[in-house]
Amino acid sequence: MRVEAGQVHGFLGPNGSGKTTTLRTLLGLIRPDGGRMAILGHEVPDMLPQVVGQVGAIVESPQFFPHFSARDTLSLLASAGDLPQQRVDEVLELVGLRDRAGERVKTYSLGMKQRLAVASALLKNPRLLILDEPANGLDPGGIREMRGLMRDLAESGMTVVLSSHILGEIQLICDSVTIISLGRRVAFGPVEEVLAQHSSGAVRVRLEAVADLPVAATALTRAGVRVTTNPDHLMLAGVDKPATVTRLLAEQGLYVSELAPIAVDLESVFLELTATAPVPGQHRQVDQSVRVDGAEPSAPAGGGWGA
Amino acid sequence: MSLFRTELRRLAKRRFARWMTAGGLLVLVLVAVGMFLSNQKVGPEQWAAAERSAEQQYQEQVRWAEAERANCERAKTSGGEFYTTDCESINPPPREAFEAQWYLPSTFEFRKTFGELLIPLAAILGMVGFVVGASFVGAEWNTGGMMNLLLWRPKRLTVLLTKLGALLTGLLALALPATAAWFGSMWLIANWRGTTDGMTSGAWQSFLLTGLRGIVLALVATTVGFALASLGRHTAMALGGAIAVMVVGQIGLGILLELAGVRFAEAWLLPTYALAWMTKTITLQDWRSCEATYTGECLPATLDITWQHSSVLFSVGVVIFLGAALWTMRRRDIT
Repeated sequence: MRVEAGQVHGFLGPNGSGKTTTLRTLLGLIRPDGGRMAILGHEVPDMLPQVVGQVGAIVESPQFFPHFSARDTLSLLASAGDLPQQRVDEVLELVGLRDRAGERVKTYSLGMKQRLAVASALLKNPRLLILDEPANGLDPGGIREMRGLMRDLAESGMTVVLSSHILGEIQLICDSVTIISLGRRVAFGPVEEVLAQHSSGAVRVRLEAVADLPVAATALTRAGVRVTTNPDHLMLAGVDKPATVTRLLAEQGLYVSELAPIAVDLESVFLELTATAPVPGQHRQVDQSVRVDGAEPSAPAGGGWGA
Repeated sequence: MSLFRTELRRLAKRRFARWMTAGGLLVLVLVAVGMFLSNQKVGPEQWAAAERSAEQQYQEQVRWAEAERANCERAKTSGGEFYTTDCESINPPPREAFEAQWYLPSTFEFRKTFGELLIPLAAILGMVGFVVGASFVGAEWNTGGMMNLLLWRPKRLTVLLTKLGALLTGLLALALPATAAWFGSMWLIANWRGTTDGMTSGAWQSFLLTGLRGIVLALVATTVGFALASLGRHTAMALGGAIAVMVVGQIGLGILLELAGVRFAEAWLLPTYALAWMTKTITLQDWRSCEATYTGECLPATLDITWQHSSVLFSVGVVIFLGAALWTMRRRDIT
């Protein structure tokens, strides 16, 4: 896994795949049993004390001493990190907690705690921001604010690593992604590249006359296109250039009313890569996802939720 | 240094620490008020009243003896039953048996009593230190505060030891003024409600050393509470451990040792060592033994527990518990 400076990087994986464990290990909370890690060019965990001042992080759900106010919580952290107290007010303003900063954390909703967690991570004005599920508990407005905040931070030169299950958000926010399954990387790179690599080249075709669909299906099949016939349209697979479809059908005197490439999204790529798409009638267990050594995910066993 | 100051601030902001401190100080104030109300100065008036009480008591005994003798004589004459036939032997105790000092009101003799009063002070400071110490680090672990802090300060041992340093500094900030106030208030109470006679420089030195040992005892209790809660990563680990030691380790063990007829059973119990630490020596006696003297008298065998024994026990305890807490802090994952 490699994150370029100044990018917003999505870190994805099914439950239990090792995202939080990876982040904890990177931040020195879990002892690694092998491998090599570096943050901002410094090998960790050995050099972590030297680089930790430039890393802001929240790991998993936000946890704070419930009887302190948000201001006290941040003030103590700022004091421990030799930061000026004015920075506390700045981050409280940034995450929208300014007016509630004097209240005890135990009175906060999950979304407010999440904002406080983000504020604590931003307190250092870090060069690298690591956020584990930052949108957890946020209301729709908060999610949008968080998206804007991530973008602003990245534009200001901050590198952001974002772990989330809200794949639509990741697709909107991130420049690049890493997808892991059972502790191993299954995809990596810029979001567009990952999507393109897993695009099926599917195209939806509608004709002016529905009655012409069988003729069109025959012509396209003869040209080597995989066709699935539906009552009112055709689904084509393996089409490199949609223009060839128009030409083939025009040669048969068939006129296209809709020719739409089917865009693949991050969610479908994720489900495909990790083999975690739900199967009707089966209850997938948390460790049932794809292994990069090629082994197929084990067949769903009985039990699980609802079993 | 910034971390140390931060931890001191955190300690001072903790409501639990404030309430426990206030509770401990309140108990000390109540003890002082109790001492003030239950003692009074002894002067000629009190002696005169005591003499009157002694005389009154003697006269009551004389009247009772005379009445009993008369009953005895009547029984003898009428042939009735009485517990003795030797009526002449029924006499009141001699007058000198009723000492006036028995009837004196309670008075606070500073020289004689203050040493014992340093024990509850040490016990309260130790209890406050143990509970606050356990809560200080236990709540940090339990609420995720420790993990947050380690994301800022990844040197784990430095973080834990700085927290302990701040905690012990906080305890000293409480214990030193509290001990000074205890000395001062008891001295005043003795002046108002007793006597401060007999206080020599040696006596003062002895009290000061006892007070110092009390503070050390509180520091040990605080460190052990902190270490236990850090080991279990929860306040309940220390508090549960303390209750378990008291119920199983002390009451249960005490009963078991008694049933097993173990000699000097108290030597296996922690409070004995705490008391020996404060009083310098405790002499345990085995009443089921006979150590004959040259006059043929049978005396029980004895065992002295000294403050040196206690210091070894406390040192070993601190090294084991704190060492284990540091080792687990260094080795265990933070999850």
